Amino acid sequence: MILGFTIAQSAVAGIAGLLCVILALAKRKPNDATFLALGLVEVLLIAQVVVALIAPAVGNPATGNLIEFWGYLITAIIIPPLAAFWALAEPTRWGTLVLGIAALAIAVMVYRMYQIWTVQLA
Amino acid sequence: MTKAGIRGLHGPRGTGSTARGAGRALVAVYAILALAATGRSVVQILDRFAEAPVAYSLSALAAVVYIVATIALVARGRTWIRVAWAAIVFELAGVLIIGTLSTFAPDLLGIDDPSPFGRQATVWSFYGAGYGLVPLLLPVLGLIWLRRRSRTNAADASAVDPTDATSGRPA
Repeated sequence: MILGFTIAQSAVAGIAGLLCVILALAKRKPNDATFLALGLVEVLLIAQVVVALIAPAVGNPATGNLIEFWGYLITAIIIPPLAAFWALAEPTRWGTLVLGIAALAIAVMVYRMYQIWTVQLA
Repeated sequence: MTKAGIRGLHGPRGTGSTARGAGRALVAVYAILALAATGRSVVQILDRFAEAPVAYSLSALAAVVYIVATIALVARGRTWIRVAWAAIVFELAGVLIIGTLSTFAPDLLGIDDPSPFGRQATVWSFYGAGYGLVPLLLPVLGLIWLRRRSRTNAADASAVDPTDATSGRPA
């Protein structure tokens, strides 16, 4: 993983999550902005797959457990679509909260993935 | 929304799905936790089961319980409500028991790595510390929600059931 990209990814997911939580507190139902935010999170996850596949070949191999890393990444990549589907049928602030929860979960998972990728073997 | 409006979402008496309103967010958290627990458990078992077979088996059990809880919260029907109660109580017991054992008697679980984020950590280790204590708080929220839901369903049933045998009066 690339540090700069990881930070950006986590930040986007974190901001999207916070945005959705705030909108949910304001009783706003899911709208284009919230779905687009989650869509952006998903796009970045797909990009992360590409980065993770190419990185070892260009001198950036994972020092951590690759099985664990891919476990996290595969889990992460299915969450935004599932969350969007689940939120679509809930046109209330709770639907917005679902999107926020998903985005915040992704933010945490990306951070964990980076830890796994770059783990310093003692 | 009016009370009638909210009740209308609950479906036939006693069978309301959790998948409405706040329950939708609850199911979302359960689903994410189920996915995370399953992913972690699969990795542990495939990669290094021999390292801590007791802990990793418990990890798999936890994942199954979360999956069952998620499904039970979404599905309609009285049986599923009972399954949801059972699963959530089981997971609360699990996080409390395994949390206590992993913190105070880790050898009983075959764990020598004390970190909640380490190789041997499971969803229930250290009261779910590795998952932001969500595994500890979620079942409490789940039980509160199920109680609210069964009260609402009971109110629906006694309010609108024209065939209520105990009333003895024409509908």
